[in-house]
Amino acid sequence: MRILVCVKRVPAPGARINVTVDGQAVDAAHLGFTTSPHEECAVEEAVRLTEIHGGQVTVMTLGPTEAEEQLRYAASVGAHHFVLIPIDEVDWDPQRTAAALSEAIAEVEITDGAFDLILFGNESADAGGFQVGVRVANRLDRPVVNGIKGIEVGGDASTDLSTGVVSARREIDGGFEVYELPMPAVLGVKEGLNLPRYPTMKGRLASKKAVIATDQRTADVGGQERVRLHRPVEQISETVILGTGADAAPAVVDLLEELGVLS
Amino acid sequence: MSLLVVCDHDRGSLSEASLEALTFARPLAAAVGLELAAVVIGEGAEAAALDLGAHGAEIVHVASHPVLTDFGPEAWGETVVQLVHSIGVTAVVACGTDRGNEVVAQVAARLDQPFVANCLSVDPIGDGSGNWTMTRVQWGGSLLEDTTLTAGVRLVTVAHHAVEAEVADEPAAGILSAFSPNLDGSLARTVVTDRVVLTKGITLSTAPVVVGGGRGVGSAEAFAPLEELAAELGGVVGCSRAVTNNGWRPHSDQVGQTGTRIAPEIYIASGISGAIQHWVGAMAAKNILAINTDQEANMVTRAGHAVIGDLHQVIPAITEEVRRRRG
Ligand SMILES: Cc1cc2nc3c(=O)[nH]c(=O)nc-3n(C[C@H](O)[C@H](O)[C@H](O)COP(=O)(O)OP(=O)(O)OC[C@H]3O[C@@H](n4cnc5c(N)ncnc54)[C@H](O)[C@@H]3O)c2cc1C
Ligand SMILES: Nc1ncnc2c1ncn2[C@@H]1O[C@H](COP(=O)(O)O)[C@@H](O)[C@H]1O
Repeated sequence: MRILVCVKRVPAPGARINVTVDGQAVDAAHLGFTTSPHEECAVEEAVRLTEIHGGQVTVMTLGPTEAEEQLRYAASVGAHHFVLIPIDEVDWDPQRTAAALSEAIAEVEITDGAFDLILFGNESADAGGFQVGVRVANRLDRPVVNGIKGIEVGGDASTDLSTGVVSARREIDGGFEVYELPMPAVLGVKEGLNLPRYPTMKGRLASKKAVIATDQRTADVGGQERVRLHRPVEQISETVILGTGADAAPAVVDLLEELGVLS
Repeated sequence: MSLLVVCDHDRGSLSEASLEALTFARPLAAAVGLELAAVVIGEGAEAAALDLGAHGAEIVHVASHPVLTDFGPEAWGETVVQLVHSIGVTAVVACGTDRGNEVVAQVAARLDQPFVANCLSVDPIGDGSGNWTMTRVQWGGSLLEDTTLTAGVRLVTVAHHAVEAEVADEPAAGILSAFSPNLDGSLARTVVTDRVVLTKGITLSTAPVVVGGGRGVGSAEAFAPLEELAAELGGVVGCSRAVTNNGWRPHSDQVGQTGTRIAPEIYIASGISGAIQHWVGAMAAKNILAINTDQEANMVTRAGHAVIGDLHQVIPAITEEVRRRRG
């Protein structure tokens, strides 16, 4: 089974998100970087599926050259091939990103064959555009469903998966919906799909040796243009300290009574 | 020319989110001189169409086709695209729910037009360009972005709960108009094939009390006292990502950007530092009580009330006090 996962490098802010003076980016001067939880689960799912059905996982990112770090992390948890599409800007708009990713995917497929499954996050952690995966699927003319929290592929390593069906579950209020997509297919997934593994010692070694292919792409800018980023106004309230340790219990229960949650 | 609002319904019952989208779109359509139209799609759509005039829709397009049975993002997206071409639409608005964002993304991909998701406000630029500026949410609500939109067909969603649904001052005609899109049978490939209903009691998103635990709880077993307090207060247990990552609780208990948004009367957040991604899921709580050994923890400084101390002592003491008072 051939699976592709698209991941994005994003800053990992702590207590609050600060913005650079020009308002164009998150101030990441003192921050680490990470892959969104949704996309971490996508990588984990891809690795698990190839453990069951055989095959290889490719991970692709469009971002600064430092995004190599996120690809190496994917290598440490079991992914096999890596493609970095380097950009000079902080970020590309969703149309431009989707155009570049689609072309890069098509090129890999020409030489190595079609991917049975392409996984995206439901939305990127930072921009949250809710669209890159849908746009790529449309360009590649493949079925796509978002919000997926369960994936099952029938058959085993010997089955011809290119004619197979992937069953995908999506949470709704009070239950879930099931979709049956013919492969090759595209899915946008959410955290909770699985519990990602931590890298092992062996994985860390593999990640150091992983070969990262660089794929230079250009694409036209889309119609959504950033003016500036800013923080929402926060209501700052004094914190009332009800007490210390177990002795605070009566004051806490007074509060619960006052709020009417003890009835 | 029309501004088209995509209205979601579940087998005939209209979603509150659709009415939020109509409420949001009403002044916008008036400002740019577009007729306000709505579309409802699939089986049961006719029943869902009836309320829309009261919310300002002059005309309600009711789309039906054999492929349009249950929800299907591609079939719904293609239907909207065909309506855009057939009635002359220069703007499409939906609510930024999972479905709303997905359907508009489908429309955007098919029309190759930009799509701005989860807006809080949209303002037409008064320079005759027809362009819009908007403020939208990023990072699940922790950050805002001002953007401009230049497009032939403007596609936006309004962030869920950003506006409250209200009927129009004067009801609009709400004339029903049947629409039969021309859909390829292959679009059935992403239509819901089955639905499983899990009957649960109170859920995290609707519970009146949430007792939250973070890394400070220390283990899966150590959540038992939190469960006890939650049961005592008619609430449920929630947790941080540190907890789900450790496998102590299922992801369905996670509060935050990539978990559940909660809005209880009170959120008791214990052993949680209050990272921004957790906070955005908790900030709609009417009251927050933080329990933490660290007085400087963000959860403490942002909460209305706090207890400084070890949650393993504080939580059982609260449960005991509740029981004592109840006799
Ligand atoms: C894109 C993205 C999305 C994310 N989405 C989410 C999300 O949806 N939800 C989420 O929760 N996180 C999310 N995170 C992770 C988030 O950044 C934090 O890592 C996480 O919330 C930390 O969990 P915590 O507060 O339990 O742990 P910690 O930050 O380790 O805090 C533990 C706290 O417990 C206190 N403590 C320790 N022992 C005790 C004790 N005995 N009694 C009382 N207090 C004690 C400590 O003082 C500390 O304040 C996301 C991160 C990213 C990058
Ligand atoms: N720069 C990027 N590089 C690789 N994948 C991306 C990039 N941006 C977005 N994606 C993928 O598309 C999904 C949806 O992104 P968005 O439309 O920004 O919400 C993300 O979860 C990623 O899987």
